[in-house]
Amino acid sequence: MSVSAALPDHAAPARRWRNRLLPYGLLTPAVLVTVVIVFLPMIEAVVTSLYEFVLFRPNAARFVGLGNYFKLVEDPVFWITLKHTAIWIGLTVPLQMGLGLIAALILNRQFPWRGIARALVIIPWALPSVVIALMWRWIYDANTGVLNEILLRLSIIQSAVPWLADPDRALYAVVVTLTWQGFPFFAVMILAGLQGIPKSRYEAASIDGASAWRQFRHVTLPGIAGVLATAGLLRIIWVANSIDVIFVMTGGGPGYATQTLPLYAFVKARQNLDFGYGTTIAVMFTLLLSVVVAFYIARTSNEAER
Amino acid sequence: MMGKPTMMRRILTTDLPALGIVLLAVGPFLWMLMTSFTPQDRLAALGVAISPANWSLENYLRLVSRTSFLGNMGHSLIVAAGTTVLGLFVSVTAAYAFSRFRFAGRRVLMMQFLLVNMFPVVLLILPLFIMMRRLGLLDTHAALIIANATVAIPFSIWMLTSYINAIPRSLDEAAMTDGCSRLQALRRVILPLAMPGIISTGIYIFITAWNEYLYALTLGGRNVRTVTVAIQTLIGEYQIEWGLLSAGGVVGALPATILFLIAQRRLIGGLTQGAVKG
Repeated sequence: MSVSAALPDHAAPARRWRNRLLPYGLLTPAVLVTVVIVFLPMIEAVVTSLYEFVLFRPNAARFVGLGNYFKLVEDPVFWITLKHTAIWIGLTVPLQMGLGLIAALILNRQFPWRGIARALVIIPWALPSVVIALMWRWIYDANTGVLNEILLRLSIIQSAVPWLADPDRALYAVVVTLTWQGFPFFAVMILAGLQGIPKSRYEAASIDGASAWRQFRHVTLPGIAGVLATAGLLRIIWVANSIDVIFVMTGGGPGYATQTLPLYAFVKARQNLDFGYGTTIAVMFTLLLSVVVAFYIARTSNEAER
Repeated sequence: MMGKPTMMRRILTTDLPALGIVLLAVGPFLWMLMTSFTPQDRLAALGVAISPANWSLENYLRLVSRTSFLGNMGHSLIVAAGTTVLGLFVSVTAAYAFSRFRFAGRRVLMMQFLLVNMFPVVLLILPLFIMMRRLGLLDTHAALIIANATVAIPFSIWMLTSYINAIPRSLDEAAMTDGCSRLQALRRVILPLAMPGIISTGIYIFITAWNEYLYALTLGGRNVRTVTVAIQTLIGEYQIEWGLLSAGGVVGALPATILFLIAQRRLIGGLTQGAVKG
């Protein structure tokens, strides 16, 4: 204890005890609150998933053991939404990262209005999801949306496309929206990583005659690899969890075209009030996601050591 | 290096791409802004008015007179402010403990708070609904504040810990040799010094709580309807009146966006620190 070492003479035993208990005392409110509002509900979720429980028939709740889980693996919609979740994460996160990287490389250059540019680029991140969903519904609007208008003028499409109503296109349309929402996060993280690379490395590389591409490959990329990995993991978790934008944009439709696993859980419980089954889906989703979370925690736990 | 780039060259390789990225980021919002200034008749006949000469506040006036939007803003304000107070109140002492003490279980507890942040909202939202119903808290501000705290507390603990880590320990020790107790040192020395960090964290909590939608939708109701839920309801009620909807979107997004722009420098510092070091 480096702290008590500073005052050795008046550190009476009683005081030392108090000092030892103090951190726990300081943590108690935060821990108590999280136990009550996170861990208890989580346990309750696991318990609920073992019941057949429909909200408007509370007395008919019936213990079914793992019954809901057996039902889940046989549910074709589960597999459809799982596939969508994979596409959803597999497209959105790399796209966000790629666009974020480009944005960061540009914003890392010297130009007079750099400060303003950096502030403006992050705006999508600060907007409410509902507003983002509203905005993009308007952009995608089949009759008067600006996207159709632009594409029609450029003759890329011949007739207006109902982006969000077309089962083959809706999921990709939402992916584009999420990419737009999330790329600033990567840009900011990568920018911070870029600034951590010592200038001398670039100077050494250019003395060795390395081309711009080789400098990027051998100095920049290794320099931001750690940031990319951490931010990527964080983003996978975040994108997987985020259902509000899809919910407002399409509600999971048309049909199940844009339904991801967590959205399926939410809709099942909200519309059918089938809390038992909805919670089962949520628990299953959490288990699948926990693989990614484990990676992230392992990466970050070194941080807490210090 | 490539030698001194000329002005023209800098514009082509740097300013233009930067402008492109900025437009990509703010374009959709600008489009919504222009839509909101376009009167409904014009929007239906000619589309969005690009030139300010054709703009009017008609949509905003209708928004205020025809919908309960101002009341919804009030509810959002109460919920966001409440979450901020609750979140900061329990996080400051926790962050101080994590920063200044090395004790058994520290690592596990810190990881616990990180883990909590990763829990899917969808897992917590159903049991929280059942819990709030049992407690009779559905459709109250308290329910939303408590639910938002599930996100706010873990995050602000981590953010504040890194801010307090940046304050030298010698300062608390000096205060304690001068006769302060631990808690007095926290209150008189650390709190004032950490104030910028606490304010940024508070702003961050406020923004996330203001923008929150799923909890507000599920745990709120007729009495407590926040802006985000109100916007969603507007979409249902005024399907094709994009001018009015856009005005709602702009007003709903404004408080969080302005706060963010004011605090962005410091916020970004706090947010990126963890990821860059880790």
